[in-house]
Amino acid sequence: MQNFEYANPTTLNDALGLLGSAWGEADVLAGGTDLLSLMKEYIHSPKRVVNIKNIKELGGISKVGSGLRIGATVTLDELSSNAMVKQMYPSLAQAAMEVSSPQLRNMGTVGGDLCQRPRCWYFRGGSGLLGQDESGKSLVATGENKYHAIFGSGPAWFVSASSFGPALIALGAKVTLQSASGKREIPVSEFFVSPKSNGEREIALKPNEILTQIVIPAAGKNANYEVRHREAVDWPLTAAAVNLTMAGNVVKSATVVMGHVAATPWRASQAEQMLTGKTINVELADKAGEAAVANATPLSGNSYKVQLAKVAVKRAILRAAGIAI
Amino acid sequence: MSSIKDKEKQTKPAVSRRGFLGGASVGGGLLATSLAVQEADAQAAGKLSGLGEVAITLNINGKPTNLAVEPRVTLLDALRHKLDLTGAKRVCDRGTCGACTIMVNGKTVYGCSVLAIDAVGKQIATIESLGGPGKLHPVSAAFVKHDAQQCGYCTPGFVMAAKAFLDKNPNPTREQVQKGLSGNICRCGTYVGMREAVLEASRSMRNA
Repeated sequence: MQNFEYANPTTLNDALGLLGSAWGEADVLAGGTDLLSLMKEYIHSPKRVVNIKNIKELGGISKVGSGLRIGATVTLDELSSNAMVKQMYPSLAQAAMEVSSPQLRNMGTVGGDLCQRPRCWYFRGGSGLLGQDESGKSLVATGENKYHAIFGSGPAWFVSASSFGPALIALGAKVTLQSASGKREIPVSEFFVSPKSNGEREIALKPNEILTQIVIPAAGKNANYEVRHREAVDWPLTAAAVNLTMAGNVVKSATVVMGHVAATPWRASQAEQMLTGKTINVELADKAGEAAVANATPLSGNSYKVQLAKVAVKRAILRAAGIAI
Repeated sequence: MSSIKDKEKQTKPAVSRRGFLGGASVGGGLLATSLAVQEADAQAAGKLSGLGEVAITLNINGKPTNLAVEPRVTLLDALRHKLDLTGAKRVCDRGTCGACTIMVNGKTVYGCSVLAIDAVGKQIATIESLGGPGKLHPVSAAFVKHDAQQCGYCTPGFVMAAKAFLDKNPNPTREQVQKGLSGNICRCGTYVGMREAVLEASRSMRNA
């Protein structure tokens, strides 16, 4: 790890004043579960590290209208044990519990989950965000790609590592990004972006900004489902989050978002259309799963993920509807 | 392209490993004053600490302990290399194995993924706080009884994870034990013995 100067501000204004105008000048430290590994691998070598965990206004979970505001430094443990979250947004509590290491839940934060870097081994091995050789050829497309994207048109083939991204998009949540000159609130669906070059980032955050909070509106029946190779200390192979607005037994509107299948969480609008106006049963959920992956374009070594994504969508729908999986 | 090893060389402090380890046996307070230490209060708002060593005080196993660390030093490395508390083990050093599990403010964390300077003002508990030969903690005693280790390298992390789990779940089911220890890995595969040990420790702690 390269050495750095360390700052431990207690107000948001102090923290914002310590950030840089370009990536590499300063990194924000919250749970540290990703940042320390990135620094040890020399993927990030910031000149300055700004610890934001001691800024009170970035913590806490509170009611806002009929929804909730979740502070960026709320830990996964706080989130998954919060009574309001469990009652209103079981999809988030489920996603937090799926990060199945208690230590990671004690350390990791909601903001950190959204800002963590991709797990792509070419990126982590130093071949840049897009995982390219010196001539610009994709190492992913021609190499080991069993954990990579099954949707999208490139050039980014990594998958978004966020556990909460799909659920927050399904719930219609917004994030607040604040800099010294002001703040902007954007839908979580616009927070994740598919980079076109190695110099870009996979999130909309700018180097001089801090993700301060997430605001979630009132939700319908929602659930999250992950498919994993190992039950613990690993990222899922695929995931799906579902939010169903019901009129009695009939689905008035549905949002279905898949995770770990593309460079961003991936909206499954065909599945959403299939559910609208219908009553959920196993057969319908199965069909919606099929529709969700109909346009998948797997790489040479990951077509197995298409079936896993289909099952994740089906089971997330059933779980949201309260039907036994 | 330069490898990580080359970069480690460039950033290595000008101290030999032998000298470094020698220094580790010196008392924390002495160490802090004998080195040219940058005066900085790691807790002060907006103040910058580093790049050089910073004098900090950590509360470890109930005792305030003075030491000097660069901001990049992890809590695990500070414990092992500066304070000779070698119970927590450095295995993956990437927060994916659990061998470095310690407690900070009553919650388990991976010591390899916390900066030492970030632990100022917090209560740190290591495996060394759980008693030694002759007065073993019930979790440690149950691990011995159930042969819950083979090479033993993951054991301190598992014992800390199990202790923290039982503090929160005094009467767990076998499935809850399995989930509760899911942040630690044993490459020898002694999970069956460990689950038995944790269940027995839960009984003996409840009856104590």
